[in-house]
Amino acid sequence: MRNENSVYRRRRLINRSIMTLCVSAAVFGIVWLLLILFTLVWQGTTALSLEVFTERTRMSGGGLGNAIIGSLIMTVGGTVVGTIVGIAAGTWLAEYGGRSRLATVIRFINDVLLSAPSIIIGLFIYAVVVLPMGRFSGWAGIAALAVIIIPVVIRSTEDMLKLVPNTLREAASALGAHRWWVVVRVCYSGARAGIITGVLLGCARISGETAPLIFTSLNSNQWNFFNLGSEMPNLPMTLYQNMTINSFIPRQVELAWAGALILTAAILILNIIARIVSRESNKR
Amino acid sequence: MSSSNLNDESNLPAGAQATAGERPTIAKPRLRSPGGETTADVATQAKLEVEGLNFYYGQFHALKDISMTVPANRVTAFIGPSGCGKSTLLRCFNRIHDLYPGMRTEGKLLLDGQDINDGKVDVNLLRARIGMVFQRPTPFPMSVFDNIAFGVKLYERLSAREMAERVEWALRKAALWDEVKDKLRQSGQALSGGQQQRLCIARSIAIKPEVILLDEPTSALDPISTGYIEDLVNELKQDYTIVIVTHNMQQAARVSDMTAFMYLGELIEYDRTSKIFTQPGNKRTEDYITGRYG
Repeated sequence: MRNENSVYRRRRLINRSIMTLCVSAAVFGIVWLLLILFTLVWQGTTALSLEVFTERTRMSGGGLGNAIIGSLIMTVGGTVVGTIVGIAAGTWLAEYGGRSRLATVIRFINDVLLSAPSIIIGLFIYAVVVLPMGRFSGWAGIAALAVIIIPVVIRSTEDMLKLVPNTLREAASALGAHRWWVVVRVCYSGARAGIITGVLLGCARISGETAPLIFTSLNSNQWNFFNLGSEMPNLPMTLYQNMTINSFIPRQVELAWAGALILTAAILILNIIARIVSRESNKR
Repeated sequence: MSSSNLNDESNLPAGAQATAGERPTIAKPRLRSPGGETTADVATQAKLEVEGLNFYYGQFHALKDISMTVPANRVTAFIGPSGCGKSTLLRCFNRIHDLYPGMRTEGKLLLDGQDINDGKVDVNLLRARIGMVFQRPTPFPMSVFDNIAFGVKLYERLSAREMAERVEWALRKAALWDEVKDKLRQSGQALSGGQQQRLCIARSIAIKPEVILLDEPTSALDPISTGYIEDLVNELKQDYTIVIVTHNMQQAARVSDMTAFMYLGELIEYDRTSKIFTQPGNKRTEDYITGRYG
């Protein structure tokens, strides 16, 4: 064995100090996350009761039932529309577009859209849907959320399909399968878990979006199940309003905390499901 | 130029020479080849005929004026150093090059006398007759059963029972049934490398092709799995015409009846395997098989 010398000691010192830096950076990040979660649980659970889910929002208190339903409808609607468009576009980019000029342009625009501020997207839908229709509506909300999730789904679909080895496509073609059937049966089988993960993460993201809804669905204190032609109540905006303009009513602030907790829990669950799905696929 | 091949006609097997003008019949000959190779053994009908084939990857001239005849129910091996065009030639046989833009084929490639590059030929029906197994095992991300059913479903509508029978038949033919009969619902990608490769062979067989193209099928496998595959190739030639590309000269010597030596996109020499490995007609072939380059 070699003796320790100055070179080795120096190397070990650098190793340890970098390690310490990394660990403290990780701890610094996680501390804030835990603080947020802790505050949410602390403040949110005090207001949590059955009537939070069953009552609608009122000035005198009430619950968040209508906002939860409204958020659910718009998130699911946006996710469904966004998934259909996003998977189709992502598939075209990965399987057919290749390095063509059109594909390159679309890919670039998609990257821009991916990082576009959500309020700009809300403004856009306001201009093309809300103004012509003459009123705020659930449809406009769904459209705005769909536009936000589409680039996420396109990106994950394209990335996941690109991970499917080309030899699989060749093998399927060599059996005499048509190109589209190769994509549907073989490529999607290989990319399924990744695409589902992308959709779930996108869904988690739009479920908490507030800015695009201000311009599109607005908010409402009424129950609105499937009347998508009028204003839709939703959790993020209720939360905002309760904490700001209605913050002189203590019950409203409590409800806002409860709403924040519910929203966070929903997003957490979606993230966990996404994790499980992707882990299942890695096992195979 | 493959002048050495064209001029030296005595190198070609009797059957291959005879078929230059006449159209082979459709009926498959079921000739057996019991061990020793004589000229008579190799003399059989032509399955694939290549006439003046040139192939280009964009500007790159990858195959130069190839002419040869692949006999039916025999194993034909393509050998040569990396980049010599042996895989490219193999991939012309099922037109897998069609998947990529910028590739061009010139010349004739006949399957049972019909030009496969003819505009009227449906490429997918062609591929049903000419199966292919790749260098790396390519099981689809689905169960063992579905891997085999995938190809069959492209051409036939079978009842569940018929499909189960077909899957079993194909797996038995590929000498894999005993190992996977309890794992049919498991992912094909969970099998070992050698099993995956036999699964791919079973998948090709399941659609009942006439020709099986093997593109370095054992280069990613251990010696034991390689042995299985080589035994399998010997079994399969009773029913199928087999073309195998290999980096491994011993493998070509072990499994093939005919051997083609290629170098820099040219077919240098094509003859009975026994002759290529004992008394090659060309200096470059001799240099290659004696290990002077490769």
